[in-house]
Amino acid sequence: MLQYAEMGYWQPDYEPKPTDVLAAFRITPQEGVPPEEAGAAVAGESSTATWTVVWTDRLTDHENYQGKCYRVDPVPNNPGQYIAYIAYDLDLFEEGSIANLSSSIIGNVFGFKALKALRLEDMRIPPHYTKTFQGPAHGIVMEREYLNKYGRPVLGATVKPKLGLSARNYGRVVYEALRGGLDFTKDDENINSQPFMRWRDRFIHAMEAVNKAQAETGEVKGHYMNVTAATMEDMYERAEFAKELGSVIVMIDLTIGYTAIQSMAKWARANGCILHLHRAGHGTYTRQKNHGVNFRVIAKWMRLAGVDHIHAGTVVGKLEGDPNAVRGYYDTLRVNTCDADPVKGLYFEQDWASMPGTMPVASGGIHAGQMHQLLHYLGEDVILQFGGGTIGHPMGIAAGATANRVALEAMIKARNEGRDYLAEGPDILKAAAKRSRELDMALSTWGDVTFNYESTDTPDVVVTPS
Amino acid sequence: MRITQGTFSYLPDFTDEEIAAQAQYALDNQWAVSIEFTDDPHPRNNLWDMWGLPMFDLADAAGVVREVNECRKAYPSRYIRVNAYDATKGRQTTALSFIVNRPPEEPGFRLDRAENSDRRITYTTHPYALDRPSGDRYPS
Repeated sequence: MLQYAEMGYWQPDYEPKPTDVLAAFRITPQEGVPPEEAGAAVAGESSTATWTVVWTDRLTDHENYQGKCYRVDPVPNNPGQYIAYIAYDLDLFEEGSIANLSSSIIGNVFGFKALKALRLEDMRIPPHYTKTFQGPAHGIVMEREYLNKYGRPVLGATVKPKLGLSARNYGRVVYEALRGGLDFTKDDENINSQPFMRWRDRFIHAMEAVNKAQAETGEVKGHYMNVTAATMEDMYERAEFAKELGSVIVMIDLTIGYTAIQSMAKWARANGCILHLHRAGHGTYTRQKNHGVNFRVIAKWMRLAGVDHIHAGTVVGKLEGDPNAVRGYYDTLRVNTCDADPVKGLYFEQDWASMPGTMPVASGGIHAGQMHQLLHYLGEDVILQFGGGTIGHPMGIAAGATANRVALEAMIKARNEGRDYLAEGPDILKAAAKRSRELDMALSTWGDVTFNYESTDTPDVVVTPS
Repeated sequence: MRITQGTFSYLPDFTDEEIAAQAQYALDNQWAVSIEFTDDPHPRNNLWDMWGLPMFDLADAAGVVREVNECRKAYPSRYIRVNAYDATKGRQTTALSFIVNRPPEEPGFRLDRAENSDRRITYTTHPYALDRPSGDRYPS
């Protein structure tokens, strides 16, 4: 094998420039490969290098274009694993293109034989590059102003069963959930246009439900119309129809690809629709600790790409999500600037240069009895989605929705009054349930349901408080 | 019906003490509190009438409750809401907004459907109250 370190890809004295794109990789070198050499190889293969020396390098300002591995740290308690820090010059990347950024950083190098495993942990995107992206079609602030909803998390539910309902029955679920007190309902990731329900019929029936619920409550309501389809032409057609019917929001899946996501973000900004992204498929490459791409990188790319919503974990629900790591994802999506914080898994500082935030969505196995924990871990700018926790309510879907809304408002009220709502959460809910039969029933049905499993993916470069 | 706009519409109506507690939370966050009223509760009516300017330099929530009660005296049968505004960079929007007064009866909304071709329907949410001129929309 070539000596990448000797070729200039290992530069321990390099001071990253403010304009550099930085990346942190978790590397597991093959036996006998020194970590600096492995880090240099990653820097080389994700920038200018190939497997041999080429004379045509000398026709370029080669050093400028080389990725530079400037630091390699062993991971505590994980022999054989290292974090390699690599700096890339801004010139390596096309303006405003996630496809180009990702083809560079994760394009070739993940199958490299000299490494047993490789994981992209985090990136720093400098403002010079951030400013070349559109960013969220509307962002958190504009979304709240569209919806006229302030001071509390937004409530939603995914229609269940996710497959098989006819359009008319589907509309019934949407209507009941919205009139009961939810703000949004949602298509699931795999509900597109199947034999049992074609997209156009679904959209028509869902909008009837949205408008009827809106008139009954006097509140803005919405249903995420999933426009995911095989081609851009199909997606534009579906999105246009959703807009024509008056939908405030459309939805896409991560599986459509980065370029299609950026196209839909442009469309959403031009057409006044909020853009919801379901992270379908991400678990295939984000979950395992030694190989793949950490979700915080996907979150960062998706904020740049321009989505208004993205699923980002619940901490307490049924899907993977270590509390500290989830905090890191939420910071990545919501704040304007943050410092490096290894406890949250944030390897770099990040300055978003006033790019609006993306609303994180918490979905999967959450219920009203966890409201104090959800508010504590996830904060206020979040969409809490109770699918089973709405539709499975013994008194019906509308009652399930009311239970969630009462629980949420009671918790916000208690928090604002200065109470220790995390410790007193169960009592606050019990007191609210005295005046809400719906909440009382929800608590007695699901009060004990928890999903306490060890997380697979936890920040580990420092000892984390438990 | 009961209009469910605002942060706390699913809870029982707040007492003055409960209003004061929420206002104090806002003031402690350096948010300016304002009071607005309307007799057009359409869900997309953002422009409720302002009861004076936002109270930028207020420190004590008692001042908010006093103004709420003055507004109630002047407009007993209209919707009145308390808003808190966060002027921090990156927010610059409402942070909290809740209804503190409602008409004695809330007639709600009529849903009008315009039927177009290909089963498309265009919807209009029509507040029943708007059938009468402003100021004469709710029994006092």
